[in-house]
Amino acid sequence: MKFGVVVFPGSNCDRDMQDALQNDLNQEVIMLWHKEKDLTMFTTDDCIVLPGGFSYGDYLRCGAIARFSPMMQSVIDFANKGGKVLGVCNGFQVLCEAHLLPGVLLRNANQQFISKNIYIKGVGSPDQALKIPIAHGEGRYYADANVLDELEANNQVIYRYCDETGAVIPSANPNGATRNIAGIRNANGNVFGMMPHPERATSDALGNVDGRIILNSLLMNAKTGAARSAAAVANA
Amino acid sequence: MTYNVQVTVMPLKELLDPQGKAVMGGLQNLGLTTVQDVRIGKNITLQVEANNPEEAKKIAEEASKKLLANPVMEYFEVSVN
Repeated sequence: MKFGVVVFPGSNCDRDMQDALQNDLNQEVIMLWHKEKDLTMFTTDDCIVLPGGFSYGDYLRCGAIARFSPMMQSVIDFANKGGKVLGVCNGFQVLCEAHLLPGVLLRNANQQFISKNIYIKGVGSPDQALKIPIAHGEGRYYADANVLDELEANNQVIYRYCDETGAVIPSANPNGATRNIAGIRNANGNVFGMMPHPERATSDALGNVDGRIILNSLLMNAKTGAARSAAAVANA
Repeated sequence: MTYNVQVTVMPLKELLDPQGKAVMGGLQNLGLTTVQDVRIGKNITLQVEANNPEEAKKIAEEASKKLLANPVMEYFEVSVN
């Protein structure tokens, strides 16, 4: 399996993602410039990653302009063919703006940019909390109640904010996201978006490798594995 | 001819607007306690080439629907000058 990491003007977690996948998870990684559009070196077993940062300066809305880049047109085609796509932080915002995932990421409820470790649980760790860093100003996931109900009914909520013990409670929600949602997937189960940064927690040298569990179970395990774990979160 | 079209984009009424809330706090601190609520959006000016105001409005509405506003979180109003 190969990974492609898209580099937008303003991406700033692209090299972290490359380093995590290449050096900590021993995967082949190809960096993809936003002005290119060739994805012929990838098959639908591979994965394209949209990294964190501030694509196109977050002008208009986070992710709104990135959606129109040449590479994104190819990524949208790739996703529609069943290829795996992961968006982290700004990448999640881009996926929502590109309509590959439902909903939107709003300004944090506390009006602040938040950069700290938080806890989430979900795919790969349905019961135990994973410690993962967040760093965002617009991470408050929002969709209307019908969409949220549908996401939950289809086990599309892949991560929720929780406390250290794994309890999904309002006080463990850093940004005011509806229903403590930290990450979702599409109905087909091949497009994933999440605000927390698993790529910042894959190296022993950094003292936290919980992110490996996320990248491994979301992207490198069979689809059924991911779906089963997501079901466990929904029922928790 | 060229029309000057104003597009106002506002966060949906049912959504919390943290920016507006912060400014509201500032106004309270200034002693402007009669201000009841603050919501902050965007005002976008378009210069549109069209045959008549209706056509200019239609073009601006299409731009708003497709890019300038995200209907999941915002609504917009268009006025042609």
